[in-house]
Amino acid sequence: MPAVSMTVNGKKVSADVEPRTLLVHYLREHLGLTGTHVGCDTSQCGACVVHINGESVKSCTVLAAQAEGAKVTTIEGLADGDKLHPMQEAFREHHALQCGFCTPGMVMSAIDLVKKNKNPSEKEIREWLSGNLCRCTGYHNIVKAIAAAAQTMRG
Amino acid sequence: MSATGIGAPVRRIEDYRFLTGRGTYTDDLNQPNQAHAYILRSPHPHARIKGIKTAKAAKAKGVIAVLTGADVVKDDLGGLPCGWQVTDRHGKPMVEPPHPILVSDIARHVGDQVAVVIAETHQQARDAAELIEVDYQVLPSATSTAAAAKKGAALVWDQAPNNLCYDWILGDEQAANAAFAKAKHVAKVDIVNNRLIPNAMEPRAAVGVYDAAKDHYTLHTTSQNPHVIRLLMAAYVLKLPEHKVRVNAPDVGGAFGSKIFHYAEEAIVTWAAKKVRRPVRWTAERSESFMSDAHGRDHVTHAELAIDANGKFLAMKVYTIANMGAYLSTFAPCVPTYLYALLLAGTYTTPTIFCEVKAVFTNTVPVDAYRGAGRPEATYVVERIVDEAAKVTGIDAAEIRRRNFIPRDAFPYQTPVVVQYDSGDYQSTLDMALKQSDYAGFEKRRAESAKKGKLRGIGLSTYIEACGIAPSAVVGSVGARAGLYESALIRVHPTGSVTVLTGSHSHGQGHETTFAQLVSERMGVELKNIEVVHGDTDKIPFGMGTYGSRSLAVGGSAMVKAMDKIIAKGKKIAAHLLEAAEADIEFKDGTFSVAGTDKKKALAEIAGAAYVPHNYPINELEPGLEEQAFYDPSNFTFPGGCHVAEIEIDRDTGVVQLVNFVAVDDVGRVINPMIVEGQVHGGVAQGLGQALLEGCVYDADGQLITGSYMDYTMPRADHLPTLKVSTHNTLCTHNPLGVKGVGEVGAIGSPAAIMNAVHNALAPLGVREIQMPATPERVWRAIHGARRAAE
Ligand code: FES
Ligand code: FES
Repeated sequence: MPAVSMTVNGKKVSADVEPRTLLVHYLREHLGLTGTHVGCDTSQCGACVVHINGESVKSCTVLAAQAEGAKVTTIEGLADGDKLHPMQEAFREHHALQCGFCTPGMVMSAIDLVKKNKNPSEKEIREWLSGNLCRCTGYHNIVKAIAAAAQTMRG
Repeated sequence: MSATGIGAPVRRIEDYRFLTGRGTYTDDLNQPNQAHAYILRSPHPHARIKGIKTAKAAKAKGVIAVLTGADVVKDDLGGLPCGWQVTDRHGKPMVEPPHPILVSDIARHVGDQVAVVIAETHQQARDAAELIEVDYQVLPSATSTAAAAKKGAALVWDQAPNNLCYDWILGDEQAANAAFAKAKHVAKVDIVNNRLIPNAMEPRAAVGVYDAAKDHYTLHTTSQNPHVIRLLMAAYVLKLPEHKVRVNAPDVGGAFGSKIFHYAEEAIVTWAAKKVRRPVRWTAERSESFMSDAHGRDHVTHAELAIDANGKFLAMKVYTIANMGAYLSTFAPCVPTYLYALLLAGTYTTPTIFCEVKAVFTNTVPVDAYRGAGRPEATYVVERIVDEAAKVTGIDAAEIRRRNFIPRDAFPYQTPVVVQYDSGDYQSTLDMALKQSDYAGFEKRRAESAKKGKLRGIGLSTYIEACGIAPSAVVGSVGARAGLYESALIRVHPTGSVTVLTGSHSHGQGHETTFAQLVSERMGVELKNIEVVHGDTDKIPFGMGTYGSRSLAVGGSAMVKAMDKIIAKGKKIAAHLLEAAEADIEFKDGTFSVAGTDKKKALAEIAGAAYVPHNYPINELEPGLEEQAFYDPSNFTFPGGCHVAEIEIDRDTGVVQLVNFVAVDDVGRVINPMIVEGQVHGGVAQGLGQALLEGCVYDADGQLITGSYMDYTMPRADHLPTLKVSTHNTLCTHNPLGVKGVGEVGAIGSPAAIMNAVHNALAPLGVREIQMPATPERVWRAIHGARRAAE
C-alpha cells in the first residue's frame, strides 16, 4: 500500500493506505477526525468540505493520495484553542445549525466564500451554498450567519 | 423573564461541540476490533429468490461471515413488528404481513434486504457482496398508488386481495350526502400528495456490540427513540430480555420521522455482533438511504366540499388511497388514518365530515411518518379545497376562511372528527399574516410582475395540526400498541447542580438548551449547572422519544412533574432545618424561605442536607434528592396559524420562485424564540421542497428513478427567500407549561400556501389543478396546455 503524507491541522501525518482511499475516509478512519462528515455518494451534499491549501474542496471527491504534501484544514483545526473562528462564532450566534451534521462543511465552505468575496450579498451567499445541503435550517440563519461573519472578518 | 429562563433566546449549549467537529454521531463511534457490514439489496421490485450462493463471497478477502434469510429462519428471529393496528370499516383488523430482517423467499421492493456480508473493511464487504449469486425469478410488480387496488394489479401479498391493507372510514357518509343535497355550491379537488424521501443529512447507521463475558448487547443507532427500538428489537426480533440490551442514540444528524422506526439493519448488526464475536458497523450509503429509509406522504385523494349561499361550509367528503409500501413500517397504519382524518375539520366549523381511506400495499419502500405525518396531507386537502370553494363562490380566499373559522370564544371546540381543540385564535393569525404579507397590495405587485412578463400568485393556508402525541388510553383505543407518555428524572447533586435525564431525544431540536432553560427557570439553577442527558437506555428512564412535536408538551411536562416532586421534598427538608411548619415554606429562585421572615436555605444547602443527612427528618423522609416522573397527556395539543406564500413564475421556463413567505404560527408558550423560529424555517424549507421540488418516482417496471441527489431535488439555499416568521400564541390549556409544539408546523402549513399561490398565478390562464411538485416542466406544460386549449 502506498504511503501518503500531508499536513493536517498543522500536524504532519503519514500512513499507508489503499490507493482508492478517499481523503474523507483517510481523515475520518485513519486520523480519527470525525468532524468531517459523509452525507452522500454523488458529491452533492457538501458535508465533507475541508480546505486543501486554503481552498474549499469536497473531500469525498479527492483521493488521499491527491493531497500528498498538501496542507489540509478540517473543522477541528479551525478554532484557536478555545476561541472559535469568527465563522463558527457567527453560526452559534445566529442559530445557523440544528442537528450539526451539515455544519462542518457549511462553515468550511463559507470561510472560503468570504476569503474570495469579502462582502457577499444575500444572493451571492445563497448561490455559493448551492453545493451544500442542509435539511434542518431552511438556510435562513446560515445566510444570516455568513453575512455577519463576513462583516466581522472585514473588521 | 431572566436572561436564560423561559422566553429567552439563549444561544445553544450543544453548538460548541458541533461547531468544532466534536459531535459524536453513530458513524463516528469506532470500536476496537470492529468489523463492517454491507447489505446486499434486491435490485428488483418483486422477485422470488430461487437460490442464493454465498460460497465465493465467503472466501473473498477479509470476509468474516455472510448471512442470509436462511440464517434468520434458522436462528428463529422474529420480523420487524408494526406498532399500530387499524381496524377497517367492517371491524376487521388490517392485513399485517410479516417483515423479515433478511428475506428468504420473496423480495418485495427495490432495496429489500437479501444478505449481509461482514468483513474487515467496508470496501471488502462491499466487494464480496458482488460475488453473491442470487437466482431471482422476477415477478410482476405494483408500484402506483392509484392503480394498486385496481383490477389486474399485481399482488404484493397473497393475503391482501386487491392489495388492500385496510379500508377505513370515519364519519357518516349518508349524513354528508344529505348535507350536500342542500348545498348551493360544491367545490371538488383531485389531488396527489407526492411521495417524499426524508433525507436527513446524516445517513442511518448502526453499530452492534456483543460482550460475551456479560452476555450483553449494545446497539448504537441513529434513532429518535432508543427505548422504542430496544423494546421492539429485543422483544420481537431478537427475542432477548431488555436488561441484556442497551440502545444508545448519540448525536443524530436530523431525522424528521425517518429515524423513529425500527429498521432491519439495527437488528442485523446486533445479531451479527454475537455471531462473529466482534463489533459490527453499518452505515448507509446515500443511495441505500433512498431505497431503505421509510418514505413519506403518497396519497391520492378526491374531496368535495358543500357550501351554502353565504359561503358557509356544510359538509366535506374525502376519499383517499394511501400507499403503505411493501411492508408495514412501525407506525405506518396510523399516519393516513388517525393522524390524517382527525385533522380534516381544519380551522373551520364544517359540521359534517366523512372520510374513507384505502391503504394499499405496493412494491415500494415502506411509507411511514415524515415531518408532519398525516397532518400535511390533511392540511393540503382542506386548504386546497377551501381555495377552490373561494373560486366557485366568488368570495375572496381570506374572506371565505374568516366566515368559516371556529370563533376565538368557541374553545374548547368539539370537531366532528373526534378531536377537541383546546385553544386557538385563527382570526388574529390570519389578520397578522395578511398585514405582514401586504395581502391588500398584491394586485399591484401582480401587475408589476406582469410588466416583466411574469406570472405572480399569492396563496394562504390557515392550518391546524394535532401534536403532543398523545393520550395513551385514546391512542390505545384506536389501535396503538404502545403508550405515548414521556419520562423525566431530575437529579439534584449534593452541591446543587442538576442532571436532567429525559426520554425525549434531540436530533437537532436543541433540547440540551430548551430543557435546561425550563429547569433553570423552575429551580433557580444557573444554566451552567444543568446538564440534559438523553439517548442512552442505560442512563435514562424508559421513554417514548421524539416525534410528533411532542418533546416539550409531553417530555417537558414530565420534567415539571419531577421538579414539583423535588420542590415538595425540598420544602420538607427546609421546614426541618429552619424549624418552621412545612406549610410556611416558600420556594422561589432557588431558595426555600419561611414566609414573612428572612430565614432561608438555598437549594444547594437543601441538597447537601439530603445527601449528608446528619440533621434531617430521617424518620419521615428518605435521603437523596432525585425524582422521576412520567407524564401522560390528557389531550393532543393544537398548534395552528397562517402561512402566506407569494410566488413568481417565469412563463418561458416554468420555474416557480418563492418570493415572499410569511408565517404567523400559534405554538403555545415559547421557551426559546430563536429555536422556535429555526424550527419553522426548516419546516417551511421542507414544505417548499414538497410543493415545488421533491417527488419520489418509480417507473412502470418498479425501479426507483429518484435514487440519488442527481434525480431527487433537495431544497438549496437559492430556492428560498428570507422567511418572515413570527408567533401569536394562545396557551395550551391542559399541560402545565401551556406549550403546543413547533417541530412540524412549517412543513404542515406551507405546501398548501405555496400551491395555492401557484394556482392563483395560473388561474387567469385557465389552469385548474396542478399537482405537487410544481416542477418547471409541469408548470410549463400547464401554461402551454392552457394556451393551446384557448387557441
Ligand atoms: S459527502 Fe456529499 S459531497 Fe462529499
Ligand atoms: S443543521 Fe442539520 S443538516 Fe444542516
